[in-house]
Amino acid sequence: MHTKRIIPCLDVKLGRVVKGVKFVNIIDAGDPVEIASFYNKEMADELVFLDITASSDSRMIMADVVAKTADQVFIPLTVGGGIRTIEDFRMILKAGADKVAINSSALNNPDFIDEAAIRFGSSTVVVAIDAKRRPDGGYDAYLNGGRINTKKDALEWAAEAARRGAGEILVTCMDTDGMKEGYDIELTSKIAESVNIPVIASGGAGTIDHFYDALTIGKADAALAASLFHFNELRIKDLKASLRDKGIAVRL
Amino acid sequence: MIGIIDYGMGNLRSVHKAFLHLGFEAEIIKLPEELIKCDKIVLPGVGAFGDAIKTLKSSGMDEAIKSSTKKGTFFLGICLGMQLAFEESYEGGRFEGLSLMPGSITRLEPLDKTYKIPHMGWNSLIIRKRDPLFKSLSQAPFMYFDHAYCLKTDSDIASADCEYGEVFQAAAQSENIFATQFHPEKSGEEGLKILDAFGRLT
Repeated sequence: MHTKRIIPCLDVKLGRVVKGVKFVNIIDAGDPVEIASFYNKEMADELVFLDITASSDSRMIMADVVAKTADQVFIPLTVGGGIRTIEDFRMILKAGADKVAINSSALNNPDFIDEAAIRFGSSTVVVAIDAKRRPDGGYDAYLNGGRINTKKDALEWAAEAARRGAGEILVTCMDTDGMKEGYDIELTSKIAESVNIPVIASGGAGTIDHFYDALTIGKADAALAASLFHFNELRIKDLKASLRDKGIAVRL
Repeated sequence: MIGIIDYGMGNLRSVHKAFLHLGFEAEIIKLPEELIKCDKIVLPGVGAFGDAIKTLKSSGMDEAIKSSTKKGTFFLGICLGMQLAFEESYEGGRFEGLSLMPGSITRLEPLDKTYKIPHMGWNSLIIRKRDPLFKSLSQAPFMYFDHAYCLKTDSDIASADCEYGEVFQAAAQSENIFATQFHPEKSGEEGLKILDAFGRLT
């Protein structure tokens, strides 16, 4: 029974998790290893580390964070934020990550996707897309953390990324992100229909129903959230139990 | 000693650290002559079959693996490492494998096209042979998969099946040769039980 995935995302700044987990018996709320082991016990299906500083110095620190985590937590790890070169990519994989998410670097140089897929295998390449709705109802892809509109259509970009060898698409809706009013189901389902690779929904989760919608009508294979989990508004175990009761296949 | 073969394909660190975490002696092995000191070898790997077998051949690692497994050294192939243990693969052409077990590696072809390729994520095993690696696993344990090609065979080497729009073999074994299509080193506590059982083989 193939299952849908629930993925907590940890924002990392200079080796520390910012907005750390606030609710459990964690001695150091900013320690990535402690938080990762906690989410492992909570039955998180995967962890995403997002480097929010994304400078070249911070990439070395990120590699160290990944290494320390991967040495103790044996579930899949994805790392994103500021990965610009094949060498960055290699360094993060070598540290123990299973997948690397690329965003701006892929938009600036789409060949980066092909190159990474050939060197390291499609299964390691996640293309992250920050999408924002246009007045005409379509979506544009943004770069540099949502600061610059590329004017590239997000659906076309997802299809191109898949064609070039991406193994997965992580789509964040900038309009719904942080609002806790639900994922952008239209965006997620349209992306999922335009590619034949797994799609992770991100941005807007606030309730169990939001996850349910993203994984059913939103056609997503996985759903990602951050503060909702970190601040104990929703526990992953409870979320997965509810989803299971509603008929969604999950690992519990 | 458990030797983890480094041939430049993918994430070795997790496999290595998982064995250390479980209390076994394990080392990353780069040269064919180092295999002599290992009573168990692990072939991990992520990436394309053709590149992988080319790299193994160019260093002479292919022959070193064949001769040491013939002498009874325990072998565990993981993901691409499983696929390499078979006779041939049709990923991007036709390539010969290490032929440690009989069978061909072909593309996953779920009849229902809503199934995404690669098969990525957690899926449950249908265990066919509990002995020796799957003895302490739960009834239908979840394991982490990430692949587009797989073994499909009627042969009795299959030790676990998996269903993803079609049935394929998630694990196989024959005497001292073992293979898993999933990543036990990324499958949480259940996955670690498999590595622990492998480490204890005598």
